[in-house]
Amino acid sequence: MSLRVLVGVKRVIDYAVKIRVRPDKLGVVTDGVKHSMNPFDEIAIEEAVRLKEKKIAKEVVAVSCGPTQAQETIRTALAMGADRGIHVEIPAKEVEKLEPLHVAKIMAKLVEQEKADLVVLGKQAIDDDSNATAQMTASILDWPQATFASKIEKTDGELQVTREVDGGLETIKVKLPAVVSADLRLNEPRYATLPNIMKAKKKKIAKMKAADLGVDTTSHFEVLEVADPPVREAGIKVEDVDTLITKLKETGRI
Amino acid sequence: MAALSQLISFSRASCRLSSVTKAWRVLPQGSATTPGSVRHVSGLVELPETHEMLRKTCRDFAEAELQPHASAFDKQGRVPQETVKAMGELGLMALATPEDYGGTGMDYLAYAVAMEEISRGCASAGVIMSANNSLYIGPIQMFGSEKQKQDFISPFTDGNQVGCFALSEPGNGSDAGAASTTAKEDGGNYILNGTKAWITNGFEAKATVVFATTDKAKKHKGISAFIVPKPIEGLSLGKKEDKLGIRGSSTCNLIFEDCKIPKENLLGQPGNGFKIAMMTLDAGRIGIAGQALGIAQAAFDCAIDYAGKRIAFNAPILKMQIIQQKLADMALRIESARLLTYKAAALKDAGKPFGKLAAMAKLSASETATFCGHQSIQILGGMGYVSDMPAERHYRDARITEIYEGTSEIQRLVIAGSLIKEYQCL
Repeated sequence: MSLRVLVGVKRVIDYAVKIRVRPDKLGVVTDGVKHSMNPFDEIAIEEAVRLKEKKIAKEVVAVSCGPTQAQETIRTALAMGADRGIHVEIPAKEVEKLEPLHVAKIMAKLVEQEKADLVVLGKQAIDDDSNATAQMTASILDWPQATFASKIEKTDGELQVTREVDGGLETIKVKLPAVVSADLRLNEPRYATLPNIMKAKKKKIAKMKAADLGVDTTSHFEVLEVADPPVREAGIKVEDVDTLITKLKETGRI
Repeated sequence: MAALSQLISFSRASCRLSSVTKAWRVLPQGSATTPGSVRHVSGLVELPETHEMLRKTCRDFAEAELQPHASAFDKQGRVPQETVKAMGELGLMALATPEDYGGTGMDYLAYAVAMEEISRGCASAGVIMSANNSLYIGPIQMFGSEKQKQDFISPFTDGNQVGCFALSEPGNGSDAGAASTTAKEDGGNYILNGTKAWITNGFEAKATVVFATTDKAKKHKGISAFIVPKPIEGLSLGKKEDKLGIRGSSTCNLIFEDCKIPKENLLGQPGNGFKIAMMTLDAGRIGIAGQALGIAQAAFDCAIDYAGKRIAFNAPILKMQIIQQKLADMALRIESARLLTYKAAALKDAGKPFGKLAAMAKLSASETATFCGHQSIQILGGMGYVSDMPAERHYRDARITEIYEGTSEIQRLVIAGSLIKEYQCL
């Protein structure tokens, strides 16, 4: 059993950057701001490459829907061990309005084209926190889904996936082909070694547009406002437990 | 992108000013390590994509594996072998060596970027990397036979083994031409006698490039270079030096007493040793400039972070003009030294003469490192003087960069020598 794995990688604002709301209050400042691969997507790529090293997968294809700079993100995936890339070019102005549903439709079309057996996505992107693309992709393809994966094992024609859920860990079996979304503790992504960065330069990245795949990227949402979270207020100290309970009742907390 | 190529052409101007206007030309296609590819020297605005990816890998590695332990490495006096091995696995120990010999096959610009990021995490790790890349592998790559490259480069590329470079002696550092270590021909061997001092990586190295006099009458033209594997009979180590800084890197004397090595271990031509040493140091200076930049940047990062948090006179001290002036001066020097370093690396990669720029880069970067180390402690005040903050370590680590691989005084002589040739004034 040798799987072809499609992995989605998204170019997002780097996790360490201090986010600033745009003056028009309809988004955040992205110009000149450092961007990197979504951390959960790094974990997804790492898992796919490990599957290839274990000879469970035969090819890892990194896919990114984004502006021209998304190619840098794909090349990072290639430097981590992906075999080739697909860049679905979204004009810079439309990037903000791209929705999980659009990406899911694109991924589903690519799965058909590439005859993929497994899709691995990060559980959510750190910019929109949607946590929807994997689930929607599985739904469109009518494939089983295993989300929030913290461990993936292969058993004859199936995957055994341990999921991180509210109550603890849940282990399920999914038949292949399937969609998996990677959670934080699935693995620790490797560094892109310098020799692999050099090798990545020779790997191919195919370019296409959403329209080429028959996907309409018209927005279904309109952003009304983006605002900073409220500043955290100072707390107060109380003398004893009785006062604490009184205060909590006063402010309607209990 | 065109601007840097213009600057490079300009630096080769001859005495007659009229030739300056004819000097604008685009750099030649191809470079030393990537034949046929266009040399992207847009380093003035941003690095090529590969180099940015490399910078990210090095920075991530340095922040995760070096920075948190640098203080411990300094206190215990060593960088663990596992760390050096991890650096080797990333491809850092033979960055500009062709893949045929187990190297990473990148260029010197990549090496400069990597040196800065690694040294920003830990200056000791930086010097271990630099000594292996430029001082040990460098001369063998430039002057070694095919067999020497196979035997003495390939096993030293993955971090499992490191090499060292033995030129200085107790009696001469800057005065390299006065080497008193001797190498006498004896049948099919050379017999080495003498002491080499201040050898970085001396303890852990599994081989060394050594410079010894084969013909005293010819003075510095009578010095030859040799490759000596370690351990070997007749080679013993002096005590580990107790240094002010880069304490995670070992420094010791190499003592040769009737040390017999086969004739095949002669590196390059007899009598060519001094030239080999000087050419090696030219390239090594770019690495050390990178190391100094990393130390300077680390000192700066520490200072600006502290200044934003430390409240005095009812506000973060970052609001005070005198603190702002210090930070501006530090940043200015770092940026200038970095540009010089990139230019020197780009010249080397383009196969052009780079000695003057390499000396300028090393001089500028090392004096910047000591300046930033000093000012960083000043901004931190009392906190800068104790080991709870890294500022004192950066201050100690910075100091050596003005001394090794050519003192600041020697760098000035190198620059002046180049200027005199360019202006044909003597």
